[in-house]
Amino acid sequence: MDLPEWLAFGMAGFTLAFIVINAMIMSTALYTWFERRALGRFQVRLGPNRWGPFGLLQPLADIIKLITKEDTIPDEADRPAFTVAPVVLLLPMLLVVAVVPFGEDSFLGRLNVGILFIVGVTSISTIAIFVGGWASGNKYAMLGAMRGVAMLISYEVPMALAIAGVLLLVGPALPADAEGFAGISSLALSKIVESQVLPFLLVSPLAFLVFVAAASAEMSRTPFDQIEAESELGSGYHTEYSGIKFAVFQLAEFMAPIVTSIIIVTLFLGGTRGFSPVPEQIWFILKVFVVIFLLLWVRATWPRLRIDQIMAFAWKGLFGLAILNLFVVATEIEFLRTSDGTLSTGSLWLMAAINWPVTLVSVVVLARLLGHGRMDRPEPSPSPLANMYAEAE
Amino acid sequence: MTLGQGTEDSLFIDVVFWVIAVSSIVSAIAVVQSKDLFRAAMFLVISFVAVAGLFVLLRAEFLAAVQVLIYVGAISVLILFAVLMTRDVEGGSPSNRQVVPIGILAVLFGAVAIFVSVDTDWNLLETTLSSGTVTPDVADGITGVFSNTVPVVAKLLIRDFVLAFEVASVLLLASIIGALALVREG
Repeated sequence: MDLPEWLAFGMAGFTLAFIVINAMIMSTALYTWFERRALGRFQVRLGPNRWGPFGLLQPLADIIKLITKEDTIPDEADRPAFTVAPVVLLLPMLLVVAVVPFGEDSFLGRLNVGILFIVGVTSISTIAIFVGGWASGNKYAMLGAMRGVAMLISYEVPMALAIAGVLLLVGPALPADAEGFAGISSLALSKIVESQVLPFLLVSPLAFLVFVAAASAEMSRTPFDQIEAESELGSGYHTEYSGIKFAVFQLAEFMAPIVTSIIIVTLFLGGTRGFSPVPEQIWFILKVFVVIFLLLWVRATWPRLRIDQIMAFAWKGLFGLAILNLFVVATEIEFLRTSDGTLSTGSLWLMAAINWPVTLVSVVVLARLLGHGRMDRPEPSPSPLANMYAEAE
Repeated sequence: MTLGQGTEDSLFIDVVFWVIAVSSIVSAIAVVQSKDLFRAAMFLVISFVAVAGLFVLLRAEFLAAVQVLIYVGAISVLILFAVLMTRDVEGGSPSNRQVVPIGILAVLFGAVAIFVSVDTDWNLLETTLSSGTVTPDVADGITGVFSNTVPVVAKLLIRDFVLAFEVASVLLLASIIGALALVREG
């Protein structure tokens, strides 16, 4: 059968996109089970363990429950915007996966501006959260959305600066040549992975710390979950959502840690690099899993911050650290680079040796400046409930 | 890359182009016609995204990514913030008597824009390469620019025109400081 070119191209593209999107959604479903089990473990309880071995079929039960629930739209709501918001929140998560290399030759799109694409596309989720909150016509949803927008645009700044620090370490762009090589810029993700002879986590740990903190704020999980602070706001911007729309919001929210881990692995942990008996794809998945677990650990450990603490942390803390990192890395590169603009492995090690002490000192200094000292923490005031118990007895 | 050559490849591009162009123009009209400020902001976002799509079709990936990053990610969010602070969101624009002069001006501007875009002798890639006026080295360079715009844009932006680039940043910084000075108490 002789297919026309555009049809063959379209079918191939559709098939690949279908596989990748379904893989992402399935792994998100599995991840909800993992997160709940692991959180249970962290909090000394069991977590979902009834349906299937170790409760593995729990996501299936959740999906069936969410789909069969009534899908209500409040009278006050702006109907089209209310309906579109969950889809818009899910969209950037799936788009990011399209440009990430899972192996040297396995990726959906080899985009020359990969990392810029990721930064741009993820900023769409801010709009989705705002639309969801505004269109609900509910004060709590509105407050959650306002906090969300303020927080997300604040944390985009240190995140972009941390990425800029990483991009300085990537070698210069390779121009196109006559043999059909299309040329590759240093913004392309495959180029970033390729240049990590030493993982960038080792070379610039400060950028890693800033990026991880900013990214966990971007996906708005504890300690940064002011967007849906249950104790104050009902459940924030998706208070009015139910049924399948709520399910799509939850899907996007649970996909965020996976996508964030994929980006962190690509930028800082050498992406698909590994040693030879194990294939690159397996290395990639292993690294992603480790990062997911670390992010979950952070989530399980810290309590929620207040909104003013969150904003102060972004502008007074992470912003300064990111600029310091950019300055230090740029200075080092100015002195260490070879004549064609690349960095030898030896100079990368040297940079690591300089950057680790710089990181430790700057983080400790920042903690002293921003945090309470150990001695002058405010006395915890007894809860009003304590008196009630005393009186009852 | 020229549009509408009649081959199957460009048929696909043509379809995409028309979808993007129509949605961009329709949502741009909806921005100015919409009574609800929030809806208008949403249509503006759609219009921005469609323009980014046009940049992709023109092989300007860098511009497309920057368009999404700055216009969709930053400017639209700022507009949404302004919507949050506005009391009368669903009131529509206040009426005024300048509809006729503005209409004439718009028609004139449209006519000039169409005349310029039709009349200009555009430097198209294919015609330049096939005209034989450029040496093969230069031709390779031009093809390289088309396949990978990022290094070229970077070189122009932060080497050749770095002064203009930095002056623009200083202008933005000055406006931020000015805004802060305006809202400062005391």
